[in-house]
Amino acid sequence: MMNRTNGRFGIHGGQYIPETLMNAVIELEQAYDFYKNDPAFNRELTELFNEYAGRPSRLYYAEKLTKALGGAKIYLKREDLNHTGSHKINNVLGQALLAKKMGKTRLIAETGAGQHGVATATAAALLDMECVVFMGEEDTKRQALNVYRMRLLGAEVIPVTTGTATLKDAVSEAMREWTSRIDDTHYCLGSVMGPHPFPTIVRDFQAVISREIKAQLLEKEGRLPDAVIACVGGGSNAMGSFYHFIEDKEVRLIGCEAAGRGIDTFETAATINTGRPGIFHGMKSYFCQDAYGQIAPVYSISAGLDYPGIGPEHAYLHDIGRAEYVPVTDEEAVEAFEFLSRTEGIIPAIESAHAVAHAVKIAPTMDKDKIIVITVSGRGDKDCAAIARYRGEDIYE
Amino acid sequence: MSNIRAAFQKGKAFIPFITCGDPDLETTGKIVRAAAENGADLIELGIPFSDPTAEGPVIQGANLRALAGGVTTDQIFDFVRELRQDVKIPLVFMTYANVVFSYGAEKFISTCAEVGIDGIILPDLPFEEKGEFQPICTQYDVALISLIAPTSHQRIAMIAKEAEGFLYVVSSLGVTGTRSRITTDLAAIVEAIRENTEIPCAIGFGISTPEQAGKMASISDGAIVGSAIIKLIEKYGREAAEPVGAYVREMKSAAAGKGSAALSAN
Repeated sequence: MMNRTNGRFGIHGGQYIPETLMNAVIELEQAYDFYKNDPAFNRELTELFNEYAGRPSRLYYAEKLTKALGGAKIYLKREDLNHTGSHKINNVLGQALLAKKMGKTRLIAETGAGQHGVATATAAALLDMECVVFMGEEDTKRQALNVYRMRLLGAEVIPVTTGTATLKDAVSEAMREWTSRIDDTHYCLGSVMGPHPFPTIVRDFQAVISREIKAQLLEKEGRLPDAVIACVGGGSNAMGSFYHFIEDKEVRLIGCEAAGRGIDTFETAATINTGRPGIFHGMKSYFCQDAYGQIAPVYSISAGLDYPGIGPEHAYLHDIGRAEYVPVTDEEAVEAFEFLSRTEGIIPAIESAHAVAHAVKIAPTMDKDKIIVITVSGRGDKDCAAIARYRGEDIYE
Repeated sequence: MSNIRAAFQKGKAFIPFITCGDPDLETTGKIVRAAAENGADLIELGIPFSDPTAEGPVIQGANLRALAGGVTTDQIFDFVRELRQDVKIPLVFMTYANVVFSYGAEKFISTCAEVGIDGIILPDLPFEEKGEFQPICTQYDVALISLIAPTSHQRIAMIAKEAEGFLYVVSSLGVTGTRSRITTDLAAIVEAIRENTEIPCAIGFGISTPEQAGKMASISDGAIVGSAIIKLIEKYGREAAEPVGAYVREMKSAAAGKGSAALSAN
């Protein structure tokens, strides 16, 4: 074989997948290695980013939030303003365009909160591709509006009833589907996880976030931030937000995990804080699991963070101490969801609210000349009914 | 000669798959013995995993039933130790990489050797990733069994050259489960394998009828059947040993190329 590293990040990553899929991921890697350096591909993708998705996204100085917290200066990276309402579109446009170049005519995807499913359905509509989205049945209920959006965009949504009927089961089902139909189908994986080359491909397409943050902050402040904070499930918006700062050691990189009802309970999805190394969904990384390696049923109020693993590059950044991974509970996230809505008039996705919650904790402890960037990975319209129910108001979409 | 190799010396092999602990280990013991008594040449014992991504709904169900019953890797090792007092045919584990990794690869593989497991099959461990487990398997003389798929193409030679125990040839795209038709050109795959290795190859995925078993065994060295047996276990529960034994007898006969006249009549 050629000199292939199989996408290791320290001990993490790799390609733990059935033999049936090996040629598909090798073909994907070869295509990606070609197109990532192809000027025409990059022109086309940049055109889609800018004209269709609305990039670059704003880096907004949250003055009222800053004053309310009384510490570090806070900027919000507004990925919620992208077309389809989250950062997911960055990766999807890249992968869909790549799949199209590879001659694929059909996209399959997993989705948790529905944001990745909506983004994939959107790209499929735009690029004239067939689209099938696997979504845990539990999540189709929590995120009914997104199910409707996907169908409106022409995608087929398949509710997954196996296991815990959430994101992990949707990933398993999408992988099973891919093994049964490879020739015309690309699995458009939504996070920096799964077998190589997905963690690298997804990171590279999401790295536009940190590339922009860096340039925008240099223009506004003439310097780098002191901390970049993002929520982490699989970890795609966090990886995208961190990537161009990894070499800038003075920049703290903070990933906020969904602690659910707390990391001392079984109802949590905080992988780094409660998991240990394992092999699942094509990769070696940290996973919530029992003593025998059975994957744990995880819980978070956020469907998008309700996943028992984390991308392998995050696992590596944790191992080498380059990034910090902190737990944020449901209650803290809901408070931050409400707080940002009231102070800035910005309703963040409940996923992103986990990052806001941590900033609320640390900003007051930092000097006023320090700068925090929070990535608001998505908008919170989709979560309003669920948060209202959390607060005891029985409203439905 | 390895124990596994011996399993292929009595004509075409029939290899049933049974999930340990579905519905409980006592029943699994009865089913394994019934299969062995009725002509199974080698048995694949599944250690259940919470999220078996290579399995279709039938074997997924068996995994979840077994785990719901509380079965653990340690209990399964004890179970095999006990089974080995009278079951002499080769036994291999079929499970997922995390079950081995989480237990500790060296501890898992050395315990396999100690209790009398002859090989392990990990469907989520392709050629590129076997380096982590292979040296330990070699050290303890437990065969790390490789799979070849309809999509393997140019990879067949590479995999076959390093294969040990037997080669598991996946008959079709997709996950495990019974299929009415298998359309892959398996004869060509088997031919490519034989250009590169002497070790036997058996075909699995999608086989349920004696006719399919006979056909698959005729172009390879044996047939592997999982979902069709799991369905019987699902249906008969603690009484499954007898129907599974009868099924194994019929399938072994078909794989060995006997009784095809009776079969073509129905």
